[in-house]
Amino acid sequence: MREVGLREAVAEFVRDGDAVALEGFTHLIPTAAAHEIIRQGRKDLTLIRMTPDLVYDQMIGMGAASKLVFSWGGNPGVGSLHRFRDAVENAWPNPLEIEEHSHAGMANRYVAGASGLPFAALRGYVGTDLPKVTKTIAPIKCPFTGEELMAVPALNPDVSIIHAQQADSRGNVAIWGISGIQKEAVLSARRAIVTVEEVVEELTPHPFQVVLPAVAVDAIAVEPKGAHPSYADGYYDRDNVFYEAWDPISRDRGEFRSWMERHVLGTEGFGEYLEGVRREGMVAK
Amino acid sequence: MMTVAASRELKDGSVCFVGIGLPSEAANLARATHAPGCVLIYESGTVGAKPDVLPLSIGDGVLAEHADSVVSVPEIFNYWLQAGRVDVGFLGAAQVDRFGNINTTVVGPYDSPKVRLPGAGGAPEIAASAKEVIIMLRHKPRAFVEELSFVTSVGHGAGGDSRKELGYTGAGPTALITDLGVLRPDPETRELTLVSLHPGATADRAREATGWDLRVADETTTTDQPTEEELRVLRDLRARTEEAKKA
Repeated sequence: MREVGLREAVAEFVRDGDAVALEGFTHLIPTAAAHEIIRQGRKDLTLIRMTPDLVYDQMIGMGAASKLVFSWGGNPGVGSLHRFRDAVENAWPNPLEIEEHSHAGMANRYVAGASGLPFAALRGYVGTDLPKVTKTIAPIKCPFTGEELMAVPALNPDVSIIHAQQADSRGNVAIWGISGIQKEAVLSARRAIVTVEEVVEELTPHPFQVVLPAVAVDAIAVEPKGAHPSYADGYYDRDNVFYEAWDPISRDRGEFRSWMERHVLGTEGFGEYLEGVRREGMVAK
Repeated sequence: MMTVAASRELKDGSVCFVGIGLPSEAANLARATHAPGCVLIYESGTVGAKPDVLPLSIGDGVLAEHADSVVSVPEIFNYWLQAGRVDVGFLGAAQVDRFGNINTTVVGPYDSPKVRLPGAGGAPEIAASAKEVIIMLRHKPRAFVEELSFVTSVGHGAGGDSRKELGYTGAGPTALITDLGVLRPDPETRELTLVSLHPGATADRAREATGWDLRVADETTTTDQPTEEELRVLRDLRARTEEAKKA
């Protein structure tokens, strides 16, 4: 593990054509890292995530992705992802292949990946239309009871990126509050980048805390408020003003492009983005 | 009325897996009135959530704050749902058919959809593994359809014993609560049948708002009016939520 700048981490670890998982289950979404991937112009990515929301809408709308592996895509509490819908319905700005699962299917695929197994089995999917459209769902018989189950292949992203509250000076990472699938996303990946709110000398134990040991992480980058507009428990709240403001911006292709040029492509880093959206009144007071 | 009717379906002490939106409002109304011992589970991993305002998203901090526990997503789906520890699954939908099967994936053909919806999320496993399922959906012809564009989550399949034949352990949908009334599955065919009308609603209005030939029970009952307490608690909950949204 090395502590580096986010620009350097993305330049070194995220390549065109990679399968990339930026996970965060409503909480701790790695927005700063997603913006840096867009800034560096990565193309042809397979984006993986259980709950693609605004950052994947932005990456898809900027043409960074050729495929999306997911289980629920929306603007939580607000409505649709318009860039995602435009890509699926109208192939804009480029066609987007989709591979869709349920949350349970995706969770088990990460678990298999983190466990070094080729697949996982679960009881769902039978009788739904998902196995008809998703090739990565197949029936399997339990060798002990004969019960029919469904198998899903392991997910092993080329690179997983998550945001966490803290790392210590040796590179151990601490997450607390809702920690979703972040641990499995890191442990199933070939390379892992973690952005953190801050680096502390020693970690203080917190309730529900998950610790990712330094050996599981390749790079740590400090990005204060790096999960905005989502939240970081103990640091800042979810910015509902931004989630609502995103809806009209993302509805219109031109409006979306000019917003991305102003706030992402035209900025040096996440600090400048935060200043810009604050200036335009897109954030909660 | 829809929220109140749905909240009454929840028994005190039951373990309830809650979807965001109307189901979440109904479950929290139940917890604040007749079912204080309900254990509310949200798919982000909060077990025994006690939000004092309604969460806007499935992973809001307010769900974790006073929860009995916060666990990982694989744990929620595997240990809790799949293992049969959930009594009631509380779901919304985009479309439903006469057997309580749900679509939240696409309207129109899958490869060139008319409308691309958010997708499955946690619903297929809630529908599969909760001991029973309650669905909440506003009564409209384009939501109550003869044939789903896509079966995202299984209700009673093709009716009769087809759900059991698929290998599912739970009872499937036991109630569909709409803004007009309550539908319950026929004990044999499992077809959803209108059994109760909310005050002011008529069977004819429900028929008009249903995209299939709706079955109506020989004698429908009238849903009890909301009590003073139910209304007060619901108004307070909504007001607190609005206030929190502004902050």
